[in-house]
Amino acid sequence: MSKARISPLRSGFVHLALAGYTVVALFPVVLTIMNSLKDKNAIFRTPLALPTAETFSLIGYTTVLKQGDFISYFQNSLIVTVVSIFFALLFGAMAAFALSEYRFRGNTLMGLYLAIGIMIPIRLGTVAILQGMVAAGLVNTLTALILVYTAQGLPLAIFILSEFMRTVSDDLKNAGRIDGLSEYAIFFRLVLPLVRPAMATVAVFTMIPIWNDLWFPLILAPGEATKTVTLGSQVFIGQFVTNWNAVLAALSLAIFPVLILYVIFSRQLIRGITAGAVK
Amino acid sequence: MGSLQLKSIRKAFGNHEVLKGIDLEVKDGEFVIFVGPSGCGKSTLLRVIAGLEDATSGSVQIDGQEVINTPPAKRGIAMVFQSYALYPHLTVKDNMGLGLKQMGAPKAEVDAKVAKASGMLSLEPYLARRPAELSGGQRQRVAIGRAIVREPKLFLFDEPLSNLDAALRVNTRLEIARLHRSLKATMIYVTHDQVEAMTLADKIVVLNAGQIEQIGSPMELYNKPANTFVAGFIGSPQMNFIEAGRLGDGQAKTVGIRPEHITLSREKGDWKGKVIHVEHLGADTILYLETEVTGLLTVRLFGEHQYDVDDIVYATPDTAAMHRFGADDRVLR
Repeated sequence: MSKARISPLRSGFVHLALAGYTVVALFPVVLTIMNSLKDKNAIFRTPLALPTAETFSLIGYTTVLKQGDFISYFQNSLIVTVVSIFFALLFGAMAAFALSEYRFRGNTLMGLYLAIGIMIPIRLGTVAILQGMVAAGLVNTLTALILVYTAQGLPLAIFILSEFMRTVSDDLKNAGRIDGLSEYAIFFRLVLPLVRPAMATVAVFTMIPIWNDLWFPLILAPGEATKTVTLGSQVFIGQFVTNWNAVLAALSLAIFPVLILYVIFSRQLIRGITAGAVK
Repeated sequence: MGSLQLKSIRKAFGNHEVLKGIDLEVKDGEFVIFVGPSGCGKSTLLRVIAGLEDATSGSVQIDGQEVINTPPAKRGIAMVFQSYALYPHLTVKDNMGLGLKQMGAPKAEVDAKVAKASGMLSLEPYLARRPAELSGGQRQRVAIGRAIVREPKLFLFDEPLSNLDAALRVNTRLEIARLHRSLKATMIYVTHDQVEAMTLADKIVVLNAGQIEQIGSPMELYNKPANTFVAGFIGSPQMNFIEAGRLGDGQAKTVGIRPEHITLSREKGDWKGKVIHVEHLGADTILYLETEVTGLLTVRLFGEHQYDVDDIVYATPDTAAMHRFGADDRVLR
């Protein structure tokens, strides 16, 4: 009997490490939500205490909701995130399919070129992007953000998906060709369903930076009609006075949509993994 | 309907030539098997016939029509793959019917053909299931059914039995032989297993390093191998090859004798030797001898025989069944 497998000390350490990581990961989230439910004095006096009957206050939430435009900020964030993920996945998967499926001159070079984006941050090109958007008349539109985020998401999507697509059996694709499926039908009906777990992974990795981004909304779409949640929350942060109740409440609210999207994708992820295991 | 003609097919991947000019003619209704060691180009050749790989040069004619520029779906072929390659998200019925549906056949016709094919392969109870709910043997039957439904001019099989266990392999082999008789269709089958080749084929094509070594019926290959490669590849255990000089044959370079064409005696014979290993298989007894004249020699005796390691025995070859090969490894006649 292997001692390593039953040693309580060893499994104790593993659990300790996992619990420690969970605490570290959840701490800021819990702190944000907790403090968003307290009045201003309590936030500063006892930042780590739970809200009590005395200190409980919804003032932050009422401020945020009275601000009026917050619903539209949410809408903007959701539109930008969902549409960007959709395009990054669609075009990323198509490029990955071409790279993994077809032999053509410069295949490897093209793959490397498309992966460079993982290593070079897109923000380095901010000035050029802004100039381009101004020239195209896309400043202060959601389209500008969607274009930038799609470009930002593509390298990782192509990199991960092309690896996964190499694992899809050639015989299956060839069987489709013999049965008269077009290359598009093979891509959409045979290959995409089989790489769904990878798509979910890519979606999660792509989604979170987009949702949380402050940089590009501030530069490309700072107008009132196109503000995203992260940018919208900044109205409560002033140079001299910051409305912490409102900031914390806005951030707490901003967590939920992304949490819901995450749950949707991660269930896909788990379903994909178990489907593969049963087969 | 269902003849195939290949003319000087060449295929290169970069600088590496996989097929070095293949010429072959397959008549309507023939069962032809491509056999050879791995990497000999047999699967690539099948893919060229199917249109899944483009030949670098050469011509492929199906029923006298040039198809080198025709997409796979329009060549009138159906293919069965080693890994089954069933569509995981479709039911057995939809898997079998997809090809016809893509061709735009009316639903009633698709249903009728699927029903007929599933009847032939006794797949009716599984029509509503998905591939993941089937065993390996059932999946391969569905893959064969999918090929039958298309009513192709040519059936192409790419090592269809390699993923099945031994018992299932024999059953499915019988089923394929039975199908060939009842459908009277032209079938081309790729395998590296010479038993499959010998039992199923009307005509075997032995490939090695991108070239055809010999074409012939199973018994022709067994009795009249054209060169040492075919002689060594067909037959199990492998043919014994003996340096001709050791036997005092100045003309030939190598002499081949099959293990089953040697008799053993404890008293007298041509080649004296010592038993170094014995394999008892019930129906056969296989002995490995170290003889003074020939070196290592494999002998196959039918039935059970009691020999022990280190026994001294005398082996006598059946001279009529000896094969003599010249310096170019080709047979001397």
